[in-house]
Amino acid sequence: MEENFAIDVRGMTKRFGERTVVNDIALQVRAGEIYGFLGPNGSGKTTFIRMLCGLLRADAGSGTVLGFDVIAESEAIKRQVGYMTQRFSFWEDLSIAENLDFVARMYDVKNRAQAVRRSIEQLGLAGRQRQLAGQLSGGWKQRLALAACLIHQPKLLLLDEPTAGVDPKARRDFWEQIHQLAGEGLTFLITTHYMDEAERCHRLAYISYGNLLTHGTVAEVIVHVRLTTWSVRGPGLLGLAAQLRQQPGVQQAVAFGNALHVSGDDAAALEAAIAPFRQAPFEWQRIASGLEDAFIHLMEQSQDNFAPAVAAEPLKK
Amino acid sequence: MKPRQRHPKFSPRRLWGIIVKEFTQMRRDRLTFAMMLGIPLLQLTLFGFAINSDPRHLPAAVLLADQGPQGRTLLYAMQNSTFFDFTRQVRTEVEGRDLLARGQVQFVVNIPENFSRDLLRGDRPAILVEADATDPAATGIALGSLNAVLGGALRNDFKGPLDFLNATASPIDLRVHALYNPESITQFNIVPGLMGVILTMTMIMITGLAITRERERGTMENLLSMPTRPSEVLIGKIVPYILIGYIQVGVILVAARLLFHVPMHGSIPLLLVVALVFIAANLAMGITFSTIAKNQLQAMQMTFFVFLPSILLSGFMFPFRGMPRWAQTVGEFFPLTHFLRIVRGILLKGNGLPDVTRELWPIALFAAVMLTIGVKRYRQTLD
Ligand SMILES: Nc1ncnc2c1ncn2[C@@H]1O[C@H](COP(=O)(O)OP(=O)(O)OP(=O)(O)O)[C@@H](O)[C@H]1O
Ligand SMILES: [Mg+2]
Repeated sequence: MEENFAIDVRGMTKRFGERTVVNDIALQVRAGEIYGFLGPNGSGKTTFIRMLCGLLRADAGSGTVLGFDVIAESEAIKRQVGYMTQRFSFWEDLSIAENLDFVARMYDVKNRAQAVRRSIEQLGLAGRQRQLAGQLSGGWKQRLALAACLIHQPKLLLLDEPTAGVDPKARRDFWEQIHQLAGEGLTFLITTHYMDEAERCHRLAYISYGNLLTHGTVAEVIVHVRLTTWSVRGPGLLGLAAQLRQQPGVQQAVAFGNALHVSGDDAAALEAAIAPFRQAPFEWQRIASGLEDAFIHLMEQSQDNFAPAVAAEPLKK
Repeated sequence: MKPRQRHPKFSPRRLWGIIVKEFTQMRRDRLTFAMMLGIPLLQLTLFGFAINSDPRHLPAAVLLADQGPQGRTLLYAMQNSTFFDFTRQVRTEVEGRDLLARGQVQFVVNIPENFSRDLLRGDRPAILVEADATDPAATGIALGSLNAVLGGALRNDFKGPLDFLNATASPIDLRVHALYNPESITQFNIVPGLMGVILTMTMIMITGLAITRERERGTMENLLSMPTRPSEVLIGKIVPYILIGYIQVGVILVAARLLFHVPMHGSIPLLLVVALVFIAANLAMGITFSTIAKNQLQAMQMTFFVFLPSILLSGFMFPFRGMPRWAQTVGEFFPLTHFLRIVRGILLKGNGLPDVTRELWPIALFAAVMLTIGVKRYRQTLD
């Protein structure tokens, strides 16, 4: 407990009517860490983040965010957290400068004018500060939103899909900036659907249907899933994939460029399944499973397990 | 653990931040801005026409100095005509005037001393009827019927030995004083009333949309994630529209003066001060709707849900004292009802502070209650 956690919550639960959207999730994020928060659409990522900053009332759960009680002290949390919403939520009929100025006023930022000017310069928008936010392209909106989240110098940033629809160059710049800020001591909780971004995080959590399925570093997550993967090259891979998927022991057969990745969580069964096909013209090779293989595996498993109520036991350490 | 800072205090600086934001957005929203000017002009044109109605049971006071039976006979006849409803008895003319000024009665009927005696002598005694003609629609028909009503009553009474009196053209001398609006010009009543009607409609609507708009555009999530207090948001959203309200008041006053030549007997600065309370009451009502409505459409519907009964029951459409009792009771709850009395009182009757205060506190109370409900209802979370 004495480790310095920016986020340290447990038992977080949110129900909308009958549906449990976030189910008993525990999460610990160390100060200065970039923490990736992954999961398929509708798995409860946004809902969880909203509970952290007091935008949704949790049905159960306890813990601290930046040392403040996550349930009772959301006002104090709000003042030190920057929350970037999944959907652009700044005022489209205000200019870039006006939006930043408004945010700075709401947080009572010292030297407001200077802070706004600095923020605009960092954005590289000095020439367009009078442009209405609504007229910006999607990528620029994202950048404006990030700049606005940073203007009050928060200690923790909750970024909900900050790079959706952003071009690769801007994405790289964005991650560079994130790593630099983390180096300065900021903590990040970032949701994303991009595997390359997930791999750039210090640690990850993966949730599905509101359940935390796994967490840890990239390597830990992959190990944890205990998946065996074979790569196969040759002609007519499409037909081969269809045949392989029928075999017991094969859980995935996914095309990656000119190769097919075939995975299963029972190494012996998988080997038995592919045995009939291990002949010319196919070239087989056992490879390390990737993060994507692991996630797709988790996703499919949790779907299978979901039917009997909440049978998918969250994997806790 | 760090020291606990629970509810941060109301911050005037944050409030100012919200006001600045709302002002900027308002300035950019040309269409709404144009509508806020267009609605008064449109309504002024439309309602420039008189609205006719046939009000009955108008409250009247009587100053009865006569001891004989004939005076009472006439009063019964007036009551039976269903136009007049004698609700009060006064002792002096001043008392009667006061009731008229406050709008408690529509008429004061003055039957002088020795009326019966003079009548029997054939001296043509005078009956004085003073009428609050602010709203000609209310008094016109009743006054028009008066000659026939009184004439008929006397003819019945004078059957037999007194029949000779019927020979004279009219045995009494009926004097009618139409106070406040002697020429009975309907516009004099309607145009000042429009000020209240227009403010009610536009002020409720514009703030009604204020919070639902944030919610629909998704900016609410952002606003809520910042350390703002509900009172800051609500008041910050009200203040800029007060300016719009004053622009409308200005437009209507200028039109009233230049187009409709409405007399302005009272103090205009007083009217402007009172208007502030009324504007605030409507804005507070709108903002409260805004916290209840799920979307902008619902906010609009709620606006009309209040607006229609307001104009129907406030005394704008129909003379207030001519409405059934239940309608009057309901009407008392609307700020518009009280504001109409104030604005007509100040402009047409030259009412001063004491008369105005009587009608002002219900409006102020309404504003306070509405704002409190709004702050209570304002959800600080998304669920
Ligand atoms: N206000 C709400 N009322 C009812 N259900 C809701 C509400 N908000 C979210 N949900 C439901 O909760 C579930 C989780 O939604 P959430 O937005 O948290 O998912 P997510 O992981 O952020 O998905 P995505 O990757 O698509 O952004 C969804 O099934 C959604 O339909
Ligand atoms: Mg989401």
